[in-house]
Amino acid sequence: MGRTLAEKVWDDHVVRRAEGEPDLLFIDLHLLHEVTSPQAFDGLRKSGRQVRRLDLTIATEDHNTPTLDIDKPIADPVSRAQLETLRKNCAEFGVRLHPLGDVEQGVVHVVGPQLGLTQPGTTVVCGDSHTSTHGAFGALAFGIGTSQVEHVLATQTLPMARPKTMAITVEGELPDGVTAKDLILAIIAKIGTGGGQGYIIEYRGSAIEKLSMEARMTICNMSIEAGARAGMIAPDQTTFDYLQGRDHAPRGADWDAAVAYWKTLRTDDDAVFDAEVFIDAAELAPFVTWGTNPGQGAPLSASVPDPASYEDASERLAAEKALEYMGLTAGQPLRDIKVDTVFVGSCTNGRIEDLRAAASLLQGRKVADGVRMLVVPGSVRVALQAVEEGLDRVFTEAGAEWRHAGCSMCLGMNPDQLAPGERSASTSNRNFEGRQGKGGRTHLVSPQVAAATAVLGHLASPADLTDNAATRTPAGV
Amino acid sequence: MEAFTAHTGRAVPLRRSNVDTDQIIPAHWLKKVTRDGFEDGLFEAWRKDPEFVLNRPERQGATVLVAGPDFGTGSSREHAVWALQNYGFKTVISSRFADIFRGNSLKNGLLTVVLEQSVVDRLWELTEADPAAEITVDLVERKVTAEGVMADFELDENARWRLLNGLDDISLTLQNEADIAAYEASRPAFKPRTLKA
Ligand code: SF4
Repeated sequence: MGRTLAEKVWDDHVVRRAEGEPDLLFIDLHLLHEVTSPQAFDGLRKSGRQVRRLDLTIATEDHNTPTLDIDKPIADPVSRAQLETLRKNCAEFGVRLHPLGDVEQGVVHVVGPQLGLTQPGTTVVCGDSHTSTHGAFGALAFGIGTSQVEHVLATQTLPMARPKTMAITVEGELPDGVTAKDLILAIIAKIGTGGGQGYIIEYRGSAIEKLSMEARMTICNMSIEAGARAGMIAPDQTTFDYLQGRDHAPRGADWDAAVAYWKTLRTDDDAVFDAEVFIDAAELAPFVTWGTNPGQGAPLSASVPDPASYEDASERLAAEKALEYMGLTAGQPLRDIKVDTVFVGSCTNGRIEDLRAAASLLQGRKVADGVRMLVVPGSVRVALQAVEEGLDRVFTEAGAEWRHAGCSMCLGMNPDQLAPGERSASTSNRNFEGRQGKGGRTHLVSPQVAAATAVLGHLASPADLTDNAATRTPAGV
Repeated sequence: MEAFTAHTGRAVPLRRSNVDTDQIIPAHWLKKVTRDGFEDGLFEAWRKDPEFVLNRPERQGATVLVAGPDFGTGSSREHAVWALQNYGFKTVISSRFADIFRGNSLKNGLLTVVLEQSVVDRLWELTEADPAAEITVDLVERKVTAEGVMADFELDENARWRLLNGLDDISLTLQNEADIAAYEASRPAFKPRTLKA
């Protein structure tokens, strides 16, 4: 019988297989950041172990880094201590590190792909759940806990039970103004936050094949919000074109050998998935969340749902609690929800294409009075590219704040946070209670919806902007 | 890791679904660089409410958390497991756990037990009616027992064996050094490297 993409990559990494035991998998790439690594390095030190493969390990600083005044010492002593611990650990063990201020610094899931380290058919792990992002390249990429970080540092392997496989097939054309973010939010609303649990999801179908690498990363990134272990997309010419010439992409004869291998990484026609979901791209619309888990979302044209309409008691209770926390009432149109803050950034939507999309809508427009908009590039490289294209000026002229790269308001470990009761439209991936700051309320949106929302002051799609096109100043003025 | 064979204790009923790891331990606690001292951060936001179940005097010293479905979703932070353990929980019961959280818990000796929601409902009712009621989680027999409740649970043999013996994964893996070295020797040259030769 044929095998799925996930099974092929899995099989290629089995170091040891024994009856009744999890497979021991070899890890091709281990990404580290400051939050989930200190206790792992400590463990190594206590047991007198070394990092087995320094050449397959790389670290960056992202979660705690400030996005303003990065040349000054970090104000929060605890954040500073955590970054200093990473620097000390990397120096002691010899791990390559891109610290704050380095040109390759940025959110770990933006840095791996842009360096060309994330490649088809590799296994990628990081002590961070959004490691699923790297699956966009046809890599098997898992978020792991700190004990596993230590395990990979010491052995370059991980014992893992093989998850089941799920196909999510999206056919057709995405309508205008509908993005990868809307698609993944709609998928999570459909299958639920536990829908992917125990599975590796493979996204496939004509709508997925047409997506850019950036868009594919947005989708795979949020696989974890559907509860999945990982998300993957089969590599194709789009993938190869993205990789060719990047710093760590293979060259010469190695490139040819790699591409020949990568082309085999497709699910066989006769392979069988453990579960299948079908989605018609043409039926999708801009999608936003109204609740406090990523499955609580709806098309922007809809209204806040009535908890009483849920048959399942725990869903009903969850919806009631969410509305209370979010300060919303059932039946309120989503478009009427006013925001104080708009955040464009994160490993979901902080890549150059996301910034371009937001900038193209802000060009010649102004951020509404009373709204603060933060634009935080996913990495220094993304920031430099944006500056080269003049996007930073578009943002600042529109009244948005152009910041330094990092995770920033995605989780508010640095000073970029919502105040209690404040409401944001955010291109990040989690709308959990307090995620962006204690008492803060988050609506997850695409970069396009974020930009339109910033201009109008309430949740809005790009289509809502066309009426006031006349008020737009011409480009470059 | 501390071995887990069986545990008996009073319970905390947590009637919420989708309890994500941001709720279990908020992000600002993640700046710590140790594995201990997270107990005050456990469910920090909810604990501001004096009526929150963990704050009730009759729940002090409880060691079994009985939670709603999809417990531990979201971020991979192992700190969520440490916070539960630092606080004194030995085991968590739910009808469904998020994968990464489950993996983290078993690696740290916090036994996560999956039971049918109907059994979870009965445990909730029991401990709500009588906070002194005890629940026994027996990993040897793979059984949860309490007054009027007797339920079997599953756990894969390998994870169970490691928990029963308190075995550390890294030393187990390193026994396969020859296999790892053989695999490394056969990796294709085109595979990525973070350090250039
Ligand atoms: S951007 Fe957000 S989701 Fe991504 S790694 Fe940083 S904190 Fe995690």
